[in-house]
Amino acid sequence: MTVTRHSEVRADAAPDGSAPPAIELVGVRKTYRARGADVTAVRGLDLAIAQGEFFSLLGPSGCGKTTTMRLVAGFEAPTAGAIRLQGRDVTGVPADRRDVNMVFQSYALFPHMNVFENVAFGPRRRGAARREIADRVGAMLELVDLTGRERRRPAELSGGQQQRVALARALVNRPRALLLDEPLGALDLKLRQAMQVELKRIQREVGVTFVHVTHDQGEALTMSDRIAVMNEGRIEQLGTPREVYEHPATRFTAGFIGTSNLLSGEVAEVTADRAVLRYGPAGRISVPLRSGLTVAAGERLELTVRPEKIGIGPDAPDGDALCRVRGTVTEVVYQGTSTSYSVATATGADVVAFLQNATSADEIAVRGDAVWLSWDPRHSYAIGAAT
Amino acid sequence: MRRAGRGDEDGHGEARSLTPYLLVLPSGLWLLAFLAVPLVLMASLSLQTGNLVDGFQQTFHWQNYTDGLGTYGDKFVRSLWYGLLATAACAALAYPAAYWIAFHGGRAKSTYLFLLLLPYFVSFVLRTISWKLVLTDNGPVLGPLRDHGLLPDGFHVLDTGFAVVSGLTYGFLPFMVLPIYVALERIDPRVVEAARDLYAGRVRAFARIVLPLSLPGVLAGVVMTFVPVAADYVNAEVLGGPRNTMIGNVIQAEYFDNSAYPLASALSFTLMAMLLLGVFAYARALGAGSALEAARR
Repeated sequence: MTVTRHSEVRADAAPDGSAPPAIELVGVRKTYRARGADVTAVRGLDLAIAQGEFFSLLGPSGCGKTTTMRLVAGFEAPTAGAIRLQGRDVTGVPADRRDVNMVFQSYALFPHMNVFENVAFGPRRRGAARREIADRVGAMLELVDLTGRERRRPAELSGGQQQRVALARALVNRPRALLLDEPLGALDLKLRQAMQVELKRIQREVGVTFVHVTHDQGEALTMSDRIAVMNEGRIEQLGTPREVYEHPATRFTAGFIGTSNLLSGEVAEVTADRAVLRYGPAGRISVPLRSGLTVAAGERLELTVRPEKIGIGPDAPDGDALCRVRGTVTEVVYQGTSTSYSVATATGADVVAFLQNATSADEIAVRGDAVWLSWDPRHSYAIGAAT
Repeated sequence: MRRAGRGDEDGHGEARSLTPYLLVLPSGLWLLAFLAVPLVLMASLSLQTGNLVDGFQQTFHWQNYTDGLGTYGDKFVRSLWYGLLATAACAALAYPAAYWIAFHGGRAKSTYLFLLLLPYFVSFVLRTISWKLVLTDNGPVLGPLRDHGLLPDGFHVLDTGFAVVSGLTYGFLPFMVLPIYVALERIDPRVVEAARDLYAGRVRAFARIVLPLSLPGVLAGVVMTFVPVAADYVNAEVLGGPRNTMIGNVIQAEYFDNSAYPLASALSFTLMAMLLLGVFAYARALGAGSALEAARR
């Protein structure tokens, strides 16, 4: 069976010939009134999500990601700003007249209807013909591998199956964008990983724009084309998973995505594109300076290094090419594929290094050893002046 | 209860398997003493003949039933009719109130419920009598209207069927509100949002999602309201006057005024049979499926 690509449905191109973004938020702000006080959930969001993109809104609970999604779905109206779908302003349009569909965190299946009726709900509301509904529901259930379960009630299905019904119920409407609110949050780890792959496959097959809300950075990194890291109602960083992970733009992003070492040191010298910091008695860290960041010698600079980029050894690395920091091992944790070393550095900061257990079963260092940490300067990422 | 059979190995098997029965014992005994025994006695009484002076003998006089039905058939019909009207009125009043509290009550939900139930802390009889004061010809409602010439001559509310049904509706409203509220409260608001998201407008979302999901509550409310309403005699007594008596009034009069114990018992059993049959038929026709479904959720 093939699922029709619906790109022809979304052919309403912008005047200049290029397709408008699937979803566009312009200066969107949302303020709630709760217990007599104004609470701002979303503070001035500008965002354009491209056609067919798998886009993730990633952040801790309360960061405004779910509110953003509910604004796009039409369950909430923004306090200020505009929302456009395919270039059309839908700011005041209620949910039932927006061409986006949602997969809810708790699935929100209709408990009194069977699987078929759940999936057929949307097409029926839009007055599709009986035959067409049966065909489309059948095709969708095949896509999510639920053929033969049409007569089951949601309560008779497993969590994973309910999840797929929710997905089919939304996708059967051929939405311009599919909104997924923590869709995998209620599943156990194995199922979640399987569904991550499954979701990606489905998205490729139907070619619909997916907007995915999650607090799980692993999930966001695995599935997304682009990620918006949100914090306190704002976007902290927007980029591909690789950009966001390798080059966290803010301290928040560095801390929220993966494990990150935050170091700061005094700038000893500045060249055109890099700064060199002194770190402890013999330590030396070289940092590429991205455009827009200016530092002067004598100032303190803050930077991050990912734990898996750091090497560890008993002797100082040769030459001046590598960044080097001295410290004492405080903790060694064996983690199967890798071993994690915590090292207290001369300035007091703890640095974590992950080393692949590729060859030797022996540990490189044990607790109490004096070691050198080293890494390629390309993996130092400057965040800004230390406070 | 399935667990009760297990656990023999640990030596507590017997005590454990008895626990559920022990828990039921007090209420079971209570029901036996004050429901089952009187029911059997009344069943026996309903087939006796005699009078208060000479005493009653068991003669299996089934005619008590046919006599009762023959003499008071119209009162039975009126009781069931009033019961139907009052139940329908209760449902019509209770649903919007319960809906509003469940979906828009916010954090003050329990306060609103409490306010709704507040009048019912006052004695049932007292409340019914105060309705009489309100509806009386020169009372605070009809008096001023009459003074302004807004009412036709001879218009009155008291001593009409309308007054009785109004009183019944008011008196049994909580029996309808509470089950409907509970059913509505259990509906996940996200499910309603999902319906909106899938192109259902407000009305459609209500008709397709909220109403079916709350139906078990309505069905329970109907049974809980209809049964006591159809058997009520206080409202007809206080608000209905002599021309609107219900079967409850007849039973009360036959028992306490005429001391016709066998006839009163026979009438009671007839009413009980009608209500039971009605409720079962109703549950079969409408309720069973949805009630089971509600239990599954």
